[in-house]
Amino acid sequence: MSVPMDARIEKTASEIAADVRARRLSAVEVTEATLAHVEAVDGLIGSYLTVLSDAAREHAARVDERIRNGESLSLAGVPLAVKDNMCLESTRTTCGSKILEHWIAPYTATAVARLLDAGAVPIGKANCDEFAMGSSCENSALEVTRNPYDTSRVPGGSSGGSAAAVAAYEAAIGLGSDTGGSIREPGAFCNLVGFKPTYGRVSRYGLIAFASSLDQIGPLARTVEDAALVYDAMAGYDPMDATSIERAVEPAAGALLDDLKGVRIGIVRDFDTGALGADLDALYRQAYRDLEQLGAELVEVTLPTADYGVPTYYLIAPAECSSNLARFDGVRYGLRVDGEDVRAMYDNTRAAGFGPEVKRRILIGTYALSSGYYDAYYVRAQKARTLIARDFERAFARCDLIACPAASCTAFEFAAKSDPYSMYLMDYYTIPMSLAGLPALSVPCGWSRPEGGAVPMPVGLQLCTPLFGERLLLGAAHAYERATRHASARKPLAQEARA
Amino acid sequence: MPTDTIDIRYVAKLARIALTDDEIEVFGRQLGDLLAHVNALSKLDTESVPATAQVVESRNVTREDVITPGLDRERVLAQAPQRQGNFFRVPRIIAE
Repeated sequence: MSVPMDARIEKTASEIAADVRARRLSAVEVTEATLAHVEAVDGLIGSYLTVLSDAAREHAARVDERIRNGESLSLAGVPLAVKDNMCLESTRTTCGSKILEHWIAPYTATAVARLLDAGAVPIGKANCDEFAMGSSCENSALEVTRNPYDTSRVPGGSSGGSAAAVAAYEAAIGLGSDTGGSIREPGAFCNLVGFKPTYGRVSRYGLIAFASSLDQIGPLARTVEDAALVYDAMAGYDPMDATSIERAVEPAAGALLDDLKGVRIGIVRDFDTGALGADLDALYRQAYRDLEQLGAELVEVTLPTADYGVPTYYLIAPAECSSNLARFDGVRYGLRVDGEDVRAMYDNTRAAGFGPEVKRRILIGTYALSSGYYDAYYVRAQKARTLIARDFERAFARCDLIACPAASCTAFEFAAKSDPYSMYLMDYYTIPMSLAGLPALSVPCGWSRPEGGAVPMPVGLQLCTPLFGERLLLGAAHAYERATRHASARKPLAQEARA
Repeated sequence: MPTDTIDIRYVAKLARIALTDDEIEVFGRQLGDLLAHVNALSKLDTESVPATAQVVESRNVTREDVITPGLDRERVLAQAPQRQGNFFRVPRIIAE
């Protein structure tokens, strides 16, 4: 395959928005070029479940009109991929599930609405693991999404479609949701910045719930600056989400750092990168040295309960999911499969509508919440969650920011993780931050050729701060990105070069 | 932590999911495996530790008891698998 690249869509979101604001480029032009590129590559990559050609053209024309009327839009004309678990009025919103395959959203999610209001153009609804449960996008019941750097490999998940779309230039920005790593891991696998803000920073209204105490919306972007622009446009209180936080948002895009002088960065002693193989170990050690070179002071910190993150998460998240997904019962929306009585209708609808991973998690959660087991499993996991959050509090008494791996490997081949628990372990490094509600992101830190792999694949460094530390988090990531420039070392969609 | 084997049929009944015999076998085994992993939590001393439901500052949210616009009824009902007038229609629940 050889794809002629259009310089207009290789630009970052901040470049596109600046060009559209200055009327050097129109939103309609960018949109047409993006749609043509999607037409050319999405048969191979499979980022989108629905391409919104008509809506995109209408939005783009409106953006150009608003620009002509003198409005200054921070995301003017920026092509946006929206994960298909977020509502966009009058468009199909599937969650990658058969149970919602034909459901049309009657309203728009707050986060999406804020980005559209800032001038973003919705190109399509992006594939994801069913109800955001998974780490490879393989749990989508509707489509296969491939990694744009090696199409024999997964894009990561659950926000894999959004990540693949941005990596393959089918959008400049992807919206994802992160419950245990679902933005950061696909970000790492697809050579992107994947950013999960503090829990409650971005409204979840219109995000179809998986685990409500953990779910958070955030961007996938090709640069830290782009991620900051999106964050600035969508963060902040929303009366429609009772857990959204009423606290002023300090804009991050204007506070990006060029060095790390005076920043204390914690390296987690319990995360032994030697166990990840010589290649990844060397990359992470180099990344820590690069942070030091930028002026940071490295300090050793410890997270003694980090090993309990995965078991804690796989009780809490399924428990909340079993409760949230009770609403899919064939009555008000989505699939209905009839039965001899109403009870059989529920049982048959959910049997036909949910895929194996969703059923597994509903069953785990139902069991953990059932009479006689609630204290032993669910409450104990909630207590473990307290201990994990306390670990971070102690660590952050000694540092401003923590640096560690974003994932334990690079993007793997399809069907490589057939045992559910081996897939669950993919989130080992991202789950503790989710349980503690902390803001965290992955940023490209190099390339590593996986065993048996044809080409080197991207590797991600994870950075994390205390609650509401987004400004420092994005600022520091920018300094690191600017000094290392790992992302530009290889190009996506280069399959023909391998033949 | 509990060591009982899981009665997967009972759990599926509570979860309102019809399972095939194959699924009962596979899910039963996989849930047993998962519980073996999560039993690691019993090594933690959680005796005097409070439970965390949600990490970030939160408060009870109330509002004035006034009517505000909701979703359009027609648009919502248009998504129903079956409707009758302004209602969602379900299979008969009470026998004649």
